[in-house]
Amino acid sequence: MTNLLLDAEALYGELKLGVARLMTPDTVLVGIWSGGAWLAQRLNADLSTGRPVGTISSTLHRDDFGERGLGAVEAATSLPFEIDGARILLIDDVIASGRTIRAVVNELFDYGRPASVELAVMVDRGGRELPVAAAFAAAKLTLPATQRLSLAREPDGRFTFAVKETT
Amino acid sequence: MLARRNPQLNAHGELIHLLSIEGLPRAILTQILDTAGTFLSVNDRDVKKVPLLRGKSVFNLFFENSTRTRTTFEIAAKRLSADVINLDIAKSSASKGESLLDTIANLSAMHADMFVVRHSESGAPYLIAKHCAPHVHVVNAGDGRHAHPTQGLLDMYTIRHYKKSFNELTVAIVGDIVHSRVARSDIHALTTLGVPEIRAVGPKTLVPGDLRDMDVRVCHDMKEGVKGADVVIMLRLQNERMSGAMLPSAGEYFKSYGLTEEVLARAKPDAIVMHPGPINRGVEIDSRVADGAHSVILPQVTFGIAVRMAVMSILAGNDA
Repeated sequence: MTNLLLDAEALYGELKLGVARLMTPDTVLVGIWSGGAWLAQRLNADLSTGRPVGTISSTLHRDDFGERGLGAVEAATSLPFEIDGARILLIDDVIASGRTIRAVVNELFDYGRPASVELAVMVDRGGRELPVAAAFAAAKLTLPATQRLSLAREPDGRFTFAVKETT
Repeated sequence: MLARRNPQLNAHGELIHLLSIEGLPRAILTQILDTAGTFLSVNDRDVKKVPLLRGKSVFNLFFENSTRTRTTFEIAAKRLSADVINLDIAKSSASKGESLLDTIANLSAMHADMFVVRHSESGAPYLIAKHCAPHVHVVNAGDGRHAHPTQGLLDMYTIRHYKKSFNELTVAIVGDIVHSRVARSDIHALTTLGVPEIRAVGPKTLVPGDLRDMDVRVCHDMKEGVKGADVVIMLRLQNERMSGAMLPSAGEYFKSYGLTEEVLARAKPDAIVMHPGPINRGVEIDSRVADGAHSVILPQVTFGIAVRMAVMSILAGNDA
């Protein structure tokens, strides 16, 4: 357990401001399945981009396939727009090792050659194992490696953070 | 010792070999079909390749000829980035007198990670799975009259794609059922997935009565067998397997059991017509039906690649 209380709705407000600053007139949002996809959908509506929103999954490019197997198959990539020349802003709930970002960038390039790819996250919990950085993080904190932080979506659409011990 | 564990599953109940659909739980069949759906979308990408089997070697061991099945396994393995080695064993070691297990031992020494096996003897893939190294996975690509599980799974994928669910379907399997490993795999899969009515349709010489033990309705009249069906699965008349006079002639067979537009009109208006291929036009199926609006024979081939990708990637992710 952690005595740190993360108010996911307040962090979402921060994320929305940060994402608004990163947006250009032709930026498209792509949420990383699953938490990031929820965030990207809500951001896309709240910021009234008028553009379709994408979802991307790391499943087919994960580097721990050998140990963990295929995992959730409902995690399908859906990018309903041209990737060649696009300005992509990836959205995720939490960044830690950076391995998911490496995998989804590879996944993205299977669909084309974007003009640029940036990343905005709700929480940067440190512990990077790859040279990956977010252009915006609503919160930065340090958690023990045994704790897993993940976003949950309530039936009414509100976000909460769940912290689980994974020992 | 009937209570022994299914040799296709590890201690956690995960799939490590695909040898037969018989005895696999519904959850595993559904997992394969769901995963295949993900892989179908790989066709829409600029790069039609994913790296899940990168660095793995898949050996296609075809002791019996099959261009189509071997090719779709090869495409599936290549889309997963595996290295594929095709061995036309019918023409090599076996004809020089090497035993099956010696062949496997040699190929294992070449660092195989997966064997895709077709053999004219029922049970050959089981024997290989039993004797290969623990990290090696075996996929049955058709053994004798026994099973052809990936064909069964791609048929299930096709049915689910067009009919959405299995719970209320009537499925008619028509033709040479006694020689058909496809029919056997389909029947097991349809039963496990909850299809309430499965019919086996054909002449007495080709439709064994003991199918009734598998909860299948045996029907020797074509029109009655197709009546009200949601799905009609036609089987190829396997001339090369037939020994002795089981049928008067191909023309006679077509008259009684060929699928024509007239016969198909007795099925449901939105019925789909399937066939594992290769089709014999004018023997078991009329060209107007094979090329008609109800036919999903070519989509079956496309789905087959995605289903084989799903099977290989699920196996590769599970340890013995």
